[in-house]
Amino acid sequence: MADTEKIIEIEVLRYRPEQDKEPVPQTYKVPFTDDMSVLQGLQHIKDFLDETVSFRWSCRMAICGSCGMMIDGKPKLSCKTFLRDYYPGGLRVEALMHLPIERDLIVDATDFVTKLESIKPYIIPKEPRTLEQGEYLQTPQQRDMYEQFSSCINCMLCYAACPQYGLNPKFTGPGVLALLHRYNADSRDGGSAERLKLGYADEGFWGCTAVGYCSEVCPKGVDPANAINQNKMNSAINYFTRFVTPGGADK
Amino acid sequence: MKRSNEPIFWSLFGAGGMLAALIGPALVFITGIAVPHGLIFAPDTMSYANMHAFAQNWVGKIFLFAVVALFMWHAAHRIAILAHDLGVHAHTATKVVCYGLALLGTLVAAYALLGIA
Amino acid sequence: MSNRRPYVRSMDGWWKRDPYFIRYMAREVTALLVAAYAVVLLAGLVRLSQGEAAFNGWLQYLKTPWMLVFHLIALATFVYHTWSWFKIMPKTMPIMFVGGKRVQPGTITGTGLAAAVVACLAVLFIVGGMHP
Repeated sequence: MADTEKIIEIEVLRYRPEQDKEPVPQTYKVPFTDDMSVLQGLQHIKDFLDETVSFRWSCRMAICGSCGMMIDGKPKLSCKTFLRDYYPGGLRVEALMHLPIERDLIVDATDFVTKLESIKPYIIPKEPRTLEQGEYLQTPQQRDMYEQFSSCINCMLCYAACPQYGLNPKFTGPGVLALLHRYNADSRDGGSAERLKLGYADEGFWGCTAVGYCSEVCPKGVDPANAINQNKMNSAINYFTRFVTPGGADK
Repeated sequence: MKRSNEPIFWSLFGAGGMLAALIGPALVFITGIAVPHGLIFAPDTMSYANMHAFAQNWVGKIFLFAVVALFMWHAAHRIAILAHDLGVHAHTATKVVCYGLALLGTLVAAYALLGIA
Repeated sequence: MSNRRPYVRSMDGWWKRDPYFIRYMAREVTALLVAAYAVVLLAGLVRLSQGEAAFNGWLQYLKTPWMLVFHLIALATFVYHTWSWFKIMPKTMPIMFVGGKRVQPGTITGTGLAAAVVACLAVLFIVGGMHP
């Protein structure tokens, strides 16, 4: 049984801006074994069948976030998806949805990166501490308030999942808003007020309509839907009480 | 970035949605299925005498107003978003129509109830 | 000179692409029935304020076959609203701990659905006990 070579058909949505008016599918017959990922299938295509196929990848172990793509219409990491699960029918691969296609399976990630920078994705210390004062202490419960949101690998699968981002690219989007919350929820951080200026805008938390598909596709269990929607209540309370709370009107 | 005004409509949406989720099925069953067709309840449950007495009472007024108004504000918010999801690009016009109709319904409900001495 | 020409794909019919999106649309579409039911009740309120003859007209209208069909569809829709409302509710809540353990989404949904059952039963009993 192990000697019989299995072949699977991988249909890749090609796009070469210098020659294609629009994306066009191209099918490759790829010999595979049960342990091969879709990424390895693509590497076989590039190494032996068609050197012009372009795609991003790095760690091949679901931690770098480079290899996200649509596999049979669902956002997945190609290194974490296996060819055996699409045999014998075959599979279609396409660049991540809702982002502009640069070439073949590569998307333009500029918008994501710009938005990520805008939320100040680092601890802004609540209180300045010297080295002599030692580490910040945090209880397990304090850590639980933000830990899952810190698992984000910036793979953008949630952006491919989010129809609100697809309909309106001005929306900050699930991953970045989850990271915004990750820092706000960290007991060591004191930068909430600045970040919430973005969060409380139409393009912030309020751009989300709780579709929830982002959390379904996240390969790291971040649950951006929860990060965003739990902030709507705070945003609303703040909206109505801001003129009667100290410092509230600044937000 | 400019603070969003969504909290106003979202709060009304949330209140209406919670009310609908908790007692909506019972209300639909009673008013639309059981009583009109003589099932389970006394046939005069929704008679003019009963309903008039209920609406004369302030608790009754508030209950009836809350159900009608909040259901409308809940629906208005969701329908406005639905329009956006289906590709309607006139966002402001959509909101004006949806929330405007909810406001109209609210005012009509208030006027009708206040007219029941 | 750049050869870049990023291609933006259409969002037309996006919700048909995946069963998850279809379920989302089903949830959102319940609002149409909620609105319609509210309009039926509003009509009743207006008729109530106009006197006995007008209100009896509204009661008669409720008895017609089309209104029965409408309310049967509305009942199914409201039940789906209740279900989908409490299914999404855990996503709107902050991370909570009870007795040192993290509150699970299923607990929140289950509690909500139980509350809805209790509330509906309460309404049925209160209405059943109402007399002039």
